[in-house]
Amino acid sequence: MTWAAVLALAAGTYLVRLSGIVLRKRVTLPERVARLTDLGATALLVALVATAALTEAGGFAGWARPAGVLVGGAAALLKVPFVLVVVLAAGTTAALRALGVP
Amino acid sequence: MCSVRRTALAPGDLRDALALAAAVTVVGMSFGALAAAAGIPWTLTMAMSLLVFAGGSQFLAVAVVAAGGAPVAAVAAGLLLNLRHLPFGLAIGGIVGRGALSRALGAHVLIDESTAFARARGTGARATAAYRLVGALLFVGWNIGTVVGILGGSAVPDPNAFGVDAAFPAALLALLLPSLKAADARRVGIGAAVIALAATPFLPPGLPVLVALLALVLAGKPDPAEERRRGTDGSGHGDGAPA
Repeated sequence: MTWAAVLALAAGTYLVRLSGIVLRKRVTLPERVARLTDLGATALLVALVATAALTEAGGFAGWARPAGVLVGGAAALLKVPFVLVVVLAAGTTAALRALGVP
Repeated sequence: MCSVRRTALAPGDLRDALALAAAVTVVGMSFGALAAAAGIPWTLTMAMSLLVFAGGSQFLAVAVVAAGGAPVAAVAAGLLLNLRHLPFGLAIGGIVGRGALSRALGAHVLIDESTAFARARGTGARATAAYRLVGALLFVGWNIGTVVGILGGSAVPDPNAFGVDAAFPAALLALLLPSLKAADARRVGIGAAVIALAATPFLPPGLPVLVALLALVLAGKPDPAEERRRGTDGSGHGDGAPA
């Protein structure tokens, strides 16, 4: 890693972040397009959940992690407080790994 | 202005933001330790956590360099992974805040978790206050974690042993669930998950999630209930209508 690389990654990432926010400010989006940007965020976040829960380095992440996410998701459906959802998910995965589940 | 911001938050918001920040701190520790193990000077590691503040791309950049890749490849891989922040900004630009300073600072703390955390709190003053709160806490947690990780080095345990890798998708899922009550969001969400999972073995990190945007073709007609919820959106942000 070099300073040039870190600064380039930082500047590029910041520009990406800022440009979306500024674009939203500059143009008044028609209702139809505003709905699509909102649904787009949903699509990205669900895709992140799915890939983070199930995959690791392009392959299957093993059973312990998706099991934990499943328990956390079920807890969230049952309106369990957010903090407990996070703890239950991590605890389930940690317990399964301690038992030798990959 | 300050008092408006303080009262806009719901009672549980601080507790929930702290839970996310705690998990981020643990991952920050592992980032600091990993970067130290890869022989990256602590000044560069800290600069990454302070200036880039995007965990996935920081891990990826370190991995690329540790595997003998060129720094320029690390930058390209990291930027590709962070491209999703642009559509996030488009979606929550109204939540981030109105002033130039709000936007400048808000842009720096735009990550998956802050986006999902704020969206789960609507589009009004509460969402803006929640975004600032969680953004600040995540930033502080990530950087404290990085410092501890650099100092702790190999003594820092693998966060996966504590199931932290399951905590993040579970937290995002919990934040998303209310919005998935709308039929159109559910269609798009399921389509996006299928597309991203199918693409993951074949595309570099970051692209599968972007390709999942193709699921927007499933958006169809607006769900009536969703339309009502969105009714406040057009009337401007910061209208102070907490849930």
